[in-house]
Amino acid sequence: MFKFFLVKLAQLVPTFIGVTIVAFAFIRLLPGDPILLMAGERGISAERYAELKAQMGFDRSLVAQYFDFLKGLLHGDLGNSLVTHSPVMDEFMSRFPATLELSLFALAFAVIIGLPAGVLAAVKRGKTLDHTVMGVSLTGYSMPIFWWGLLLIMLFSSTLGWTPVSGRISFLYFIDSVTGFMTIDSLIAGDWGAFLSALHHLVLPAIVLGTIPLAVIARQTRSSMLEVLGEDYVRTARAKGLSNFRVIMVHTLRNALISVVTVIGLQVGLLLAGAILTETIFSWPGIGKWMIDAISRRDYPSVQGGLVLIAFIVMIVNLLVDIAYGVINPRIRH
Amino acid sequence: MKKTLLAAGIAAMMLGATPVMAKTLVYCSEGSPEGFDPSLYTAGTTFDASSKTVYNRLVQFKPGTTEVEPAIAKSWEISDDGLEVTFHLRDDVKFQTTDFFTPSRKLNADDVIWTFERQMDENNPYYKLANGSFEYFNSMSMGELIKSIEKVDDHTVKFVLTKPNAPFVANLAMDFASIHSKEYEQQLLDEGKPELANQQPIGTGPFQFVNYREDAAIRYQANPDYFRGKQPIDNLVFAITSDAQVRYQKLMAGECHVMPFPNPSDVEEMKQNDDINVLQEAGLNVAYLAYNTQQAPFDKPEVRKALNMAINKQAIIDAVFQGAGEVAKNPIPPTMWGYNDDIQDDQYDPEQAKQMLADAGVENLKMNIWAMPVQRPYMPNARRTAELMQSDLAKVGVDAEIVTYEWGEYLKRSSDTKREGAVILGWTGDNGDPDNFMGVLLGCDGVGGANRSQWCHQPFDELIQKARTLSDQGERAKLYEQAQEIFKEQAPWDTLAHSTVFMPIRKEVTGYKIDPLGGHSFEGVDIK
Repeated sequence: MFKFFLVKLAQLVPTFIGVTIVAFAFIRLLPGDPILLMAGERGISAERYAELKAQMGFDRSLVAQYFDFLKGLLHGDLGNSLVTHSPVMDEFMSRFPATLELSLFALAFAVIIGLPAGVLAAVKRGKTLDHTVMGVSLTGYSMPIFWWGLLLIMLFSSTLGWTPVSGRISFLYFIDSVTGFMTIDSLIAGDWGAFLSALHHLVLPAIVLGTIPLAVIARQTRSSMLEVLGEDYVRTARAKGLSNFRVIMVHTLRNALISVVTVIGLQVGLLLAGAILTETIFSWPGIGKWMIDAISRRDYPSVQGGLVLIAFIVMIVNLLVDIAYGVINPRIRH
Repeated sequence: MKKTLLAAGIAAMMLGATPVMAKTLVYCSEGSPEGFDPSLYTAGTTFDASSKTVYNRLVQFKPGTTEVEPAIAKSWEISDDGLEVTFHLRDDVKFQTTDFFTPSRKLNADDVIWTFERQMDENNPYYKLANGSFEYFNSMSMGELIKSIEKVDDHTVKFVLTKPNAPFVANLAMDFASIHSKEYEQQLLDEGKPELANQQPIGTGPFQFVNYREDAAIRYQANPDYFRGKQPIDNLVFAITSDAQVRYQKLMAGECHVMPFPNPSDVEEMKQNDDINVLQEAGLNVAYLAYNTQQAPFDKPEVRKALNMAINKQAIIDAVFQGAGEVAKNPIPPTMWGYNDDIQDDQYDPEQAKQMLADAGVENLKMNIWAMPVQRPYMPNARRTAELMQSDLAKVGVDAEIVTYEWGEYLKRSSDTKREGAVILGWTGDNGDPDNFMGVLLGCDGVGGANRSQWCHQPFDELIQKARTLSDQGERAKLYEQAQEIFKEQAPWDTLAHSTVFMPIRKEVTGYKIDPLGGHSFEGVDIK
């Protein structure tokens, strides 16, 4: 098992180097220049432009800039934002808990609804319920997040007044950040009202962000369940006279879950990608919104640093999924 | 509608989180500030969150106008030769007392001198910290203009200039000239954390900074020591909401009281809403089409005028601005002093335009029209505008191709003197002075830079240069009026439009005034 872990870890090294190259190149391949954007219609003199370029280190060759970036990265230094002048690592870490909190709630929503829906669809295969669940999940999967978010805001926030339109907590509360999770920090502060407000603000964004993973999980659960339901041991279990509930929950679902767990792990990348749009719609102060701002301002250090950190998180989660899979199914280790 | 506010208010009351009777105004701002030191940045979003709330300047624009009035300076005088400007400071101005700073003295001349030294003295620690990157100060050439700043006494400061410059006083009303506390910044230096000046600002303004949750909200409270008296509202919150549609939903739901930059297509619907007042005012801006006057055949004024006559500007106002604007005939907006209303615009007349092109020997003309890739306050949709122009020009036999680039590239390439074609661009005023439009955008100094028509016309430039040296506004206005006549004859641009600025606010908000310069200030604003 340890060898399996080492092999998986070693495989991360070339991937990570690839990620640094892509992240470094991505923002530079986009047309545009942070200095020109900053100057706007007013423009900037050639001398001042050259001066600023030198200050930011952009007058050096791309290779030299890349190795500087890599060197800093190995020391845990991603440089400073060109706009705020704060360390990129600090900016990322101060916003990441918001994204993580939203993603966890979205994932919980997706699993809590998606898993039973998939099981029901499999058990009622070919029936109206199955068609309904699969139809709804296909719709959910195909839903443009931006449109879906605005639709929910218009219905639940503007028309019905049930949920807040956007933000992370009511403006009445300013909770000191301890963990960065608003729900936990409000409990630490002992402010029940703030906690409820934080939960209230999580409802719509978690539903929007969780919709696609929900659809994926429901479909995957259904197909794994159908596969397992056809196995001999399930037939044997039924022949033994076990209750339908026991056959499904114990003999079928447990075996079907192996592939579902893998799919859930893979949703992390999808959630982080989806967070960019969701956070923009709901003014959620996480890394998605931060990245969008950084890209539009061509803030090179923030974009490349942010991309590397996000990719790193996805890689680690995938590694954990691989390891978990290896633990569940020893054949994978070989 | 008010359910959310009400529920939150009840919860807060029960839990004692916030004083219930406190009046809190929520402004759904369009973006995150880059920082809180207005001298370091150029973006309006940053100024709204810093200079407009926390700081004051020596002079200020009278709310809702571009007229300069006293602020920290109660009066000022300009020497006869225009080289010395002396400001007399109020003696009752206090810096804010917060959790992180308690001032030991009132504002005095040292603070004013410090404010400018930190932007121009290479030995000042804040200059070093920012690598001299005070872009607004630099782009207004303030460093070259100010020879020295002298402390006459504790409440009198004299600026000595290298040359007479009439817009100088108006420049000091701009955000970059916000007055910093020398005592606070020295304290931060002593503590080894000068960068905090950009995160925890201290000023003399109507609101004092409480805290900032990145990308989410900024919280201020009324400054009890404000020299014009405490504000009617107790708390001010900037709820950062980047999407215009979401801002609108929040306004309707009562989650914010004021929102900037509505989608033009939502304005009509907003006007029908009983809970919302839509304030509107002519923006201090201009959108234009700049020909490259250094390239044939656009080097001939008659060709440029013919093209101007071929373009139906009213159709652009109707289709692109959806009526939220007016046709421009001058390079400065009509609300600005010095505007020459006697100017006759080149009337839309395709037949005559065709004839004029033929007379100028121009046949089968092919040209590029540059369409900006972004929406700006003066131009809602440059692509659509370019398409309308393309169709108008086709009617007079001109084959126009639309080109565009990424915004930064667009700005850079459009400045090039060898650029092919005519560029759609615009400008929003900084200080309400005509020089800020005509000098910056059409002066010979701007060729290869902000002067996108690459137009250097000596008779025009001489008037502009002369107007800069005079201090009498009446005299200056006459020169600008003459300059506009020359401009119209020479037609380096087709002046397209002055857009209207909309500001939706909830009905319970009173005292809000639209800033023609595009800022958002909450001084004097109340909630009924």
